[in-house]
Amino acid sequence: MTAELVRGQNHPLTQVRLEVRVSAGTPVVAAATLSDEQGTIRGVEWVAHPGAPALPGLEVSRQAAADHRLAVDLDAVPDAVHRVDVLLALPTDGRGPVRFGAVAAPFVAVTGLDGTEVATYTITGLDAETAVVALELYRRQGAWKVRAVGQGYAGGLAELFADQGLAEAHALANCIQSAVAQSHARAVPAPASGTTDTDRVHRHAATTPDSGVHATQPGQHAGPTQHGGPYGRDASHGMPAEPTPAQAGQGADPARPGPAGPVDYTHPGRQRTAPPPSPPTAPPAPQGQPTGPVAGDATGWSMDERLYNQVWGMFEDLARTTAAYRSAVDFADSRMEKELDQVLSDPRSRIGGQGDAAREAARARHADLVGQARQALDRDLAQLQAEADVVEPALPPAYARWDNPVWHGYRVPMEMPMALRVGDLHLPESDPLRIPLLVRLPLERGLWIDSGRAGSLDGSFADSHELRQGAMETAVALAARLLAVHPAGEFTLHVIDPAGSAAGSLAPLTRSGVLAGPPAVGAAGVSEVLARLTERVDLVQMAVRGGAADALPPGLDTAQQLLLINDFPHGFDDRAVTRLRYLADEGPAVGVHLLMVADREDAAGYGPLLDPLWRSLLRLTPVADDHLADPWVGHAWTYEPSLVPPGSQILQQVLTQVAQARTKYM
Amino acid sequence: MTKGQAISLQKNDGGSLTAVRMGLGWQAAPRRGLFGSRTREIDLDASAVLFADKQPVDVVFFRHLVSDDGSVRHTGDNLVGGVGQGGDDEAILVDLQRIPVHIDQIVFTVNSFTGQTFQEVQNAFCRLVDETNGQELARYTLAGGGAYTAQIMAKVHRSGPGWTMTALGTPANGRTFQDLMPSILPLL
Repeated sequence: MTAELVRGQNHPLTQVRLEVRVSAGTPVVAAATLSDEQGTIRGVEWVAHPGAPALPGLEVSRQAAADHRLAVDLDAVPDAVHRVDVLLALPTDGRGPVRFGAVAAPFVAVTGLDGTEVATYTITGLDAETAVVALELYRRQGAWKVRAVGQGYAGGLAELFADQGLAEAHALANCIQSAVAQSHARAVPAPASGTTDTDRVHRHAATTPDSGVHATQPGQHAGPTQHGGPYGRDASHGMPAEPTPAQAGQGADPARPGPAGPVDYTHPGRQRTAPPPSPPTAPPAPQGQPTGPVAGDATGWSMDERLYNQVWGMFEDLARTTAAYRSAVDFADSRMEKELDQVLSDPRSRIGGQGDAAREAARARHADLVGQARQALDRDLAQLQAEADVVEPALPPAYARWDNPVWHGYRVPMEMPMALRVGDLHLPESDPLRIPLLVRLPLERGLWIDSGRAGSLDGSFADSHELRQGAMETAVALAARLLAVHPAGEFTLHVIDPAGSAAGSLAPLTRSGVLAGPPAVGAAGVSEVLARLTERVDLVQMAVRGGAADALPPGLDTAQQLLLINDFPHGFDDRAVTRLRYLADEGPAVGVHLLMVADREDAAGYGPLLDPLWRSLLRLTPVADDHLADPWVGHAWTYEPSLVPPGSQILQQVLTQVAQARTKYM
Repeated sequence: MTKGQAISLQKNDGGSLTAVRMGLGWQAAPRRGLFGSRTREIDLDASAVLFADKQPVDVVFFRHLVSDDGSVRHTGDNLVGGVGQGGDDEAILVDLQRIPVHIDQIVFTVNSFTGQTFQEVQNAFCRLVDETNGQELARYTLAGGGAYTAQIMAKVHRSGPGWTMTALGTPANGRTFQDLMPSILPLL
C-alpha cells in the first residue's frame, strides 16, 4: 500500500533496494547527500550529483530532467551513513524557470524494484526556492525509514549545502550546475581518445579541450572493471558506459574547485560500471563464404548467459526448421493423395496409359517437393551441426556432457551457474545432432526419473530391475552434477532409499562423503527427513513473508536442499505422502527441491490423487524416450539422459573435490 | 500508388526479394472530454496468411506471432495506435529464404479489430518494405479511404527461384483475417 506522506511524516521501509522517482513539470537536477550519525556530511565525496553521479549504493542522473529515477541500495551505503537526503534543484542555465513557485509541485515516490510505490510525497508550498531537500532516508535502530522533508532554499544548492554544514558548499554548487550545463551541451558523446578496444580503461571522453590533458594514473581504473551500480549488472540499463566529462580523469586534485572544469568527486578507488565483455566474433571469413559459427554468439552479460541463450536459440531453430520440413512433407503427401484420387475417379484415365502417366506425374511432384524440403532441412541441419561442433567444447561443466574434457579440469565453482544440463534432445530428422536440454537454476520444479517400463522406445531394458537401476544411476548422475556446479556449502543433498535397494547406485555419493547424512531407510527414516525439510520450508516461508530473514534459527542450513527419493511410495505412509506433496508445491520457492525415482504404477494404489504431483514434476527417463515437447511448435523430442560414460572415473574425481571443498568450508 | 492498383515488382538488378516487412501505422483516437479513459480506442491488426497451393497452411497474426517454421514474425499487437507520424505501429517480418518450400503465396491483410472504418481513422497507412535496403515497395493510405474495415493489401508469391510482390489493395470487411478468407481466395 502506498503511503502518501505530508511534510514531516515518516514511513518505515521494508526493502533496502529502492528507486526514488522524481517527476517535476520542468527539468530539475537531482542529487543526494550522505550524512553520518551527527548529521554531518563528511565531505564532497559524500554527495552524489550530476558531476559525480554514483556513490556506493546510490546513483543519480547525470543531467537535469523532468523525471528522475535514483537507484538506492541501502545495504551498500557505507556503515557510517545514517541519512540519505534526496535533493532537487532548478538548473541555473537561464533556460528554465528560476523558482519552484513557477512550476508544478514536484512529486517524489519511493518505489520497490518492481515499481510498486512504498511512499509518495508531493512537495507543495514552494515559492522563491530554487533548491529543496525532498526526502530523507534515515536509519533508526537498524531499520531504514523515509521522511518527507520539503525544506526549500531560495539561495539554491549553495545555501542548501551550507545549511547541511558542508564547507565547500559554493564550489560544489557551481560544479553541479556546470556539470548539468555540460551534459546539456553534450549532444553526442565524444569518442574516447587514445584508447584501444583491448584497453577497456575509459580514460577520456573529453568534450572540453582542457579536460583531456590530465592523465589518469593507469592503475586507477585499470584491470577488469567491476559492476559498480547499486543493483549490479542488471541495473546497468540507462547507465551508459561512457564516462562524463566530470569523470574524465582528474584524479590529481579531487577537491580542486572553480569554474575551469568539473571536478571528479568520486572516490579514486571506485570503479565504473562496465559493459559486459564483448561477445566473441567470428574470424573474418574467406571472401565469398559465410562466416563460421562461434561459441557464445548470443546476447548476454556473461559467457554463461550467452552460451545458455545460444543453446536455446539452436533449440528453437531446430524446432522451427523441422516444423518447416514436416509441414512441407505433409502438404506433399496430401497433395499426392488428392491427385491420385482424382486419377482414380476420372473415367478417361481408364483408357490406355493416361492413368499411369498421371499417377507417375503426381508421384514425381511429390518426390520433387519432398526433395526440396529435405534440401532446405539439410542446409539448416548442417549449419546447426557446425554450430554445435564449436559450442559443445566451449560449454562450462554445468552445461557439458560428462565426457567433455572440461570435467577433467573441474574446480569447485565460486558461484551458481545459470542453468544445468539434464540431458540431450533430438528429433528423428535431426540425428545425429544433439541439443543440450538446459534447465534454469535454481530448479523451478522437481525432477522425476521414470523407472516405469511404459515409455521405453527400444525395449532394451526388458528387465524392470535393470530399468530401476538405470533410473537410479541417472538420478545419481544428476544429483552429482547439481552438487558439483554449486559453490561449496551451498547445496545439500538428502537421500531417501527406504528399502536400501539402491546402495550400489548410490555408492559414488555415499563413498565420497558428499551427503549430509547416510541415506534414510525405513518408514522412520522417510518421515524423519520429510519432517525436517517440511519444517525448513515452513520456517523460511514465515521469515520471507514476515520480512524477517534474520529471525531464522541460527542452526538453519541456508543452502539449497535436494531430496533424492528412491522407490516411491515404498516406506511412505499417508502423512509422508502429504508432506512430500507439500514439498513439491512449496519447496522450490524456498530452495527445497525434489528428485524422485519412481514408477507410477507402484503408486497406482493412490488412484488419481497423485496425478497433480506427477504433473508438477519434470519427467525424465533413464532410456531414450520421446516425451518432451518444445515450447514453440510442440514436437515430441527424444530425451536422452546425461550419463557418465561406462568405466569413467570422472564422477569419482569430481565428487572427491566437492567433498574436500565441503570439509574446508565447514 | 493508389488503391486497387496491382503491379509486379522485381529488383532491377535481376535479383529477387529476400526479406520484406509489412508495416502498419495509425494515429490513436483523440481524447474526448473529461473522461479521457472512456474514449474509443482504435485497434488495427496486421496479419499474414501463408498459402500452399491455395490452401491456407499457417497464419501470423496477433494471437500467433511467429509462424511454426519461424520465417514470419509479428512484432506484437498494438491496441491503440501511435502518434501518427509515419512510424510502424505493427510490423510483420518475413524472411523469404526460410519460408518452407511448399508455401507459394503470402497474403498481407489489415483489419480494424475495434470496428471503426478506415474513414474514422487518422493517418492510417500500410506499406511493404524491402528489408535488405529499406526501400518501400508499396504504400497505401488507409485513412479516409471509404467505409471499409479491412484491406487485403498485397501478396508475395514465388516466381522461379525468387519471390515477387503484387500489390492488391482490395477493400473488404471483417474483424480478423478469418472473415477475409472468402475475399482472399479469388485473389490468389
